[in-house]
Amino acid sequence: MSQSTAQSIEDLTQTALTELAQLDNPEALEQWRVHYLGRRGGLTTILRGLSQLDLEQRREVGALGNRAKSTLEEGLERRGQEISEARLAQVADLERIDVTLPGRPITTGRLHPTTQVLREITDAFVAMGFSIVEGPEIEWDHYNFEMLNIPQGHPARDMWNTLWVDYVNEEGQRPMLLRTHTSPMQARVMESMEPPVRLVVPGKVYRYEATDATHEWHFHQVEGLAVDEGITFADLKGTLYEFARQIFGARRQVRFRCDYFPFVEPGVDMSIDCFSCEGTDSSCRICRGSGWIEILGAGMVHPYVLRAVGYDTEKYTGFAFGLGPERIAMLKYGIDDIRHFYSNDLRFLRQF
Amino acid sequence: MLIPLSWLREYVDIDLPPHELAHRLTMAGVEVGEVTELGGWENCCVGEVLEVNPHPNADSLQLCRVNPGDSTEMEVVCGAPNVAAGQRICFARVGANLYNTHSGRHETLKAARIRGVVSEGMICSELELGLGEGHEGIVVLPEDAPIGVPLDDYLGDTILDLEITPNRLDCFSILGVAHEIGALTGKKVRTPEVSYSEDGPPIDEEACVSVADPDLCRRYTASLIQGLKIGPSPQWLQDRLARAGLRPISNVVDVTNYVMLEFNQPLHAFDLDKVRDKTIIVRRAAPGETLETLDGVPRELNTEVLVIADSRDPVGLGGVIGGANSEIGPETTSVLLESATFNSYNNRRTADTYRLHTDASQRFEKGLRPELAPIALRRATQLIQQVAGGTIARGIYDIYEDADSPAPRVTMTLRRLKQILGMDVRLEQVEEVFHSLEFQTERVSDDAVSVTVPYWRSDINIEEDLIEEVVRIIGYDNVPTTMLSTPIPYRQPVPMTELRSRIREALAAVGLQETISYPVVSLEDLEKVNYDVKGFGPLRVANPMSTEHDHMRPTLLPSLLDTLSYNEGYNEGPFRFFEQSRVFLPQVNQLPEEREVVAGVISGMRSEPSWLVDNGPLDFFDGKGMLTSALAQLGLEPSWEPAEGGENAALHPGRTARIMCSGSRIGVLGELHPTVTERYDLRYRPATVFELYMDALLALPARSGRNFRSLTRFPSAHRDVALVVPEDVPAGRVQEILDRHRLVERVELFDVYTGENLQAGAKSLAFHVYFQSPDRTLTAEEVNRTLDGLLRTLQRDVGATLRD
Ligand SMILES: [Zn+2]
Repeated sequence: MSQSTAQSIEDLTQTALTELAQLDNPEALEQWRVHYLGRRGGLTTILRGLSQLDLEQRREVGALGNRAKSTLEEGLERRGQEISEARLAQVADLERIDVTLPGRPITTGRLHPTTQVLREITDAFVAMGFSIVEGPEIEWDHYNFEMLNIPQGHPARDMWNTLWVDYVNEEGQRPMLLRTHTSPMQARVMESMEPPVRLVVPGKVYRYEATDATHEWHFHQVEGLAVDEGITFADLKGTLYEFARQIFGARRQVRFRCDYFPFVEPGVDMSIDCFSCEGTDSSCRICRGSGWIEILGAGMVHPYVLRAVGYDTEKYTGFAFGLGPERIAMLKYGIDDIRHFYSNDLRFLRQF
Repeated sequence: MLIPLSWLREYVDIDLPPHELAHRLTMAGVEVGEVTELGGWENCCVGEVLEVNPHPNADSLQLCRVNPGDSTEMEVVCGAPNVAAGQRICFARVGANLYNTHSGRHETLKAARIRGVVSEGMICSELELGLGEGHEGIVVLPEDAPIGVPLDDYLGDTILDLEITPNRLDCFSILGVAHEIGALTGKKVRTPEVSYSEDGPPIDEEACVSVADPDLCRRYTASLIQGLKIGPSPQWLQDRLARAGLRPISNVVDVTNYVMLEFNQPLHAFDLDKVRDKTIIVRRAAPGETLETLDGVPRELNTEVLVIADSRDPVGLGGVIGGANSEIGPETTSVLLESATFNSYNNRRTADTYRLHTDASQRFEKGLRPELAPIALRRATQLIQQVAGGTIARGIYDIYEDADSPAPRVTMTLRRLKQILGMDVRLEQVEEVFHSLEFQTERVSDDAVSVTVPYWRSDINIEEDLIEEVVRIIGYDNVPTTMLSTPIPYRQPVPMTELRSRIREALAAVGLQETISYPVVSLEDLEKVNYDVKGFGPLRVANPMSTEHDHMRPTLLPSLLDTLSYNEGYNEGPFRFFEQSRVFLPQVNQLPEEREVVAGVISGMRSEPSWLVDNGPLDFFDGKGMLTSALAQLGLEPSWEPAEGGENAALHPGRTARIMCSGSRIGVLGELHPTVTERYDLRYRPATVFELYMDALLALPARSGRNFRSLTRFPSAHRDVALVVPEDVPAGRVQEILDRHRLVERVELFDVYTGENLQAGAKSLAFHVYFQSPDRTLTAEEVNRTLDGLLRTLQRDVGATLRD
């Protein structure tokens, strides 16, 4: 009896292991386990029959059965591992996706390129201790012109073609306008505080001007002003040089030439060396072959302007500058037409 | 301003190449826009017409024998009516590359048989040489033109096109530019010598000149030339005018223009025989007076206009334009020549009034110096006699009230120069700069120099002007470059700027694209969005860029909808825009209120077309989700109230919410009103718009939602409850009741249902409710008890029952 029981354990083990080697998926393995090792499985049934044997045989066959059980269990685990390794090895084939299919769309928003460039510009000046202030877009002639040394009838008024508000005061004058620059804040701020003054004024400005690829009637400006004891033209150069490096890169060179704005004296405009051709291409579209690109106007604050706000012109000096973010954005991004900015075409806006 | 180098060279030697010269001028503040080269006439030279004979086979053509200066003779066919023997002309040999007037292109000249006769070259017109438009006749050169000299050498030129800033009036003249070049290159300037004999009768016996309003005419000078003959100007004079961009007219008028270009002083010539009583009075116009100006337009004058009048009527608008009644004509023999200094402000106003911005007015309005008037007068008098003959009357009129006033002097100190420029310049160097500009200097002290400014400069009035002269001549590169070393002022925080920047970031982060649009609208635009324009209407622009858009916008909505509508034409969407800007609200006799707003619109499909996404139209709840998330970035957790009864007339009355925070309205969100949608003919519906009130946001008490809550260690328990409530109970109300219990950590609405299995007028709301305590693990019993309590409250407050 014990002999035959031992034999049948041996047979069962052999059969089970042979079968096991053929199996190739977890479901079959589970069936196999139930078949041989389950509560009603083959081995269990054999071992259950042990109760009819005497103690000695029971111990013998029992030990045999337990060995067989662990052999099968080990075999099962090994085979299980083999199968899962084989499957993992096949994962690229089994779970392949077409990675060229488009991704799930995520819609993001962006800031308008003008906003982005304005921020870059103001950040550069804030880092040099300038504060940001803003002012009204609808202004009085008084601040837009008169306080800036551009009285009624001054020929320099032709430099700013003006949009006027349809409002006539008691004297029959039309004193309200859409500001032509953000410079009026020079006078407004200085009227309200004593030096030191160090500020930039970003904002919208308006000109009565036919539009074309380089002219808009509605655009932005950043005006800057620094007034204190001991501020010089040399400081103007240094400040604007540093600004140019911040915006256009540390290798940029700057150049100043004489220019005229009624509210500064001396007046200059500043160019940077051409970042596109570096002065090597006589047909360069960016610098028109000159090697230099004008980017802003500046100068030492005119004593008339300082006197008009009640500053002591013997004591205080300062510089002012003005620049156009659209122009800077056009240079930086190679935009060929300023009219793109405010037509709000998504095909344009999405590029920034 | 066109400056021919050939003319410039009469006054100053130039040895720089034109582009280098242009660069030096530009750096010094006289910007050269363009440099145009005239020339490139290979195989062309000065020739002499020896003989003109009729063409044997064509009446309109002539056969000319031309001497090209190399002891040969050429036979040339010529059709020009003005060709004559003895003329010096521009001769083009075979091989010259010239403009062909028949083909309209530059072509190489070939020997050609014209009506049976071989032409060995060509006598050129202006058009063929590219010198001008003239093609009727050939160019006739002066009698002393050297035969055989290449045309490039004789006629070639370079024209500088100057873009002059309003302060540099001097550079509106050739001599002014010559002085500038003299200063920049260290060359001496030659001013034309003027001398003539006055052989006529005394001027005051022949004409009577007086100034009645010296406040508008500081100086008036006049000369008289009698017995002259009007005709075309000599070629050299015509050429110079043409190259400087002026059209030659007749000898006398051409001289006035020539001297204006040369010296800057506008002059005017009156036909004295047409001046009543030979009397000139400079006065303000009388009420009701009129004048037909030289352009043939009758003008009504007002009493602020300065006129030049005869004994009865105006004969010219002083410093702007002459009158037709005293115009120089072919019959003129007696010319009264005027050279005056008119008041710049009044002159500009007159030019503005009549929209007559002439070469003269553009000079006067910038303030010419009175010293210039007699200098230019004498120069022009001499030239008129030279080109038109006649006798010059003895003496001139020179009416100048403040003749004794000294020439302007300005003093500059080295201390001030250093204070402005941040560098030291030696006095000797400063003087050298001034002398190069022909400013006279006088040392006042070791530190100061007093400068007398020459008559051609009217822009040097204060010390800083002199400092600019110094720095622009020595060059800006010589000024050191330093960083600001004064103390940094306290920064003034501007909360609005900061808030605006954060809102922009937040809205972009939830998927909205920022736009910036023109801030103008039409009244119809406002009507389209049901904006009430009655009462104190929006701010109107007097001279708008387009008459359709002539009001400053009081709302961003029309602009946003235009942006949406425009993009629908090019795009499939989704469309999600916002704009942050100011709206303008008029106030009586004050600047308008400029209110900061941010508004947006969403429309189209929720997502770009995709194989993955179950798409649907963007609607109110997309908008609400975006705003909720954006406002959360600002630390705000607003509540949303139904805004029936018109929060905004542009919005759908049943689909609009007021956005509330700490008891104040911070904005509105709603679907566009169906009628507005219809008017804009929008492709995708609905369009959902929002507006946030920046002032209200700014006024909120310090950000509430940013207080850190400690992370609890205890687990949360969760229950799902489906409630049946009357349909008109807002879900927000139910959620709020659940939310406010202290053991309720979070409530999520996961289903809204109406229809089958529910009685009419009821809806079902299903929530996940999460219970949690910061200090212990809640027992099941505690959770159930809490929930029961909540259900009782819901039953009492909103009639909610548990759904079976
Ligand atoms: Zn370049």
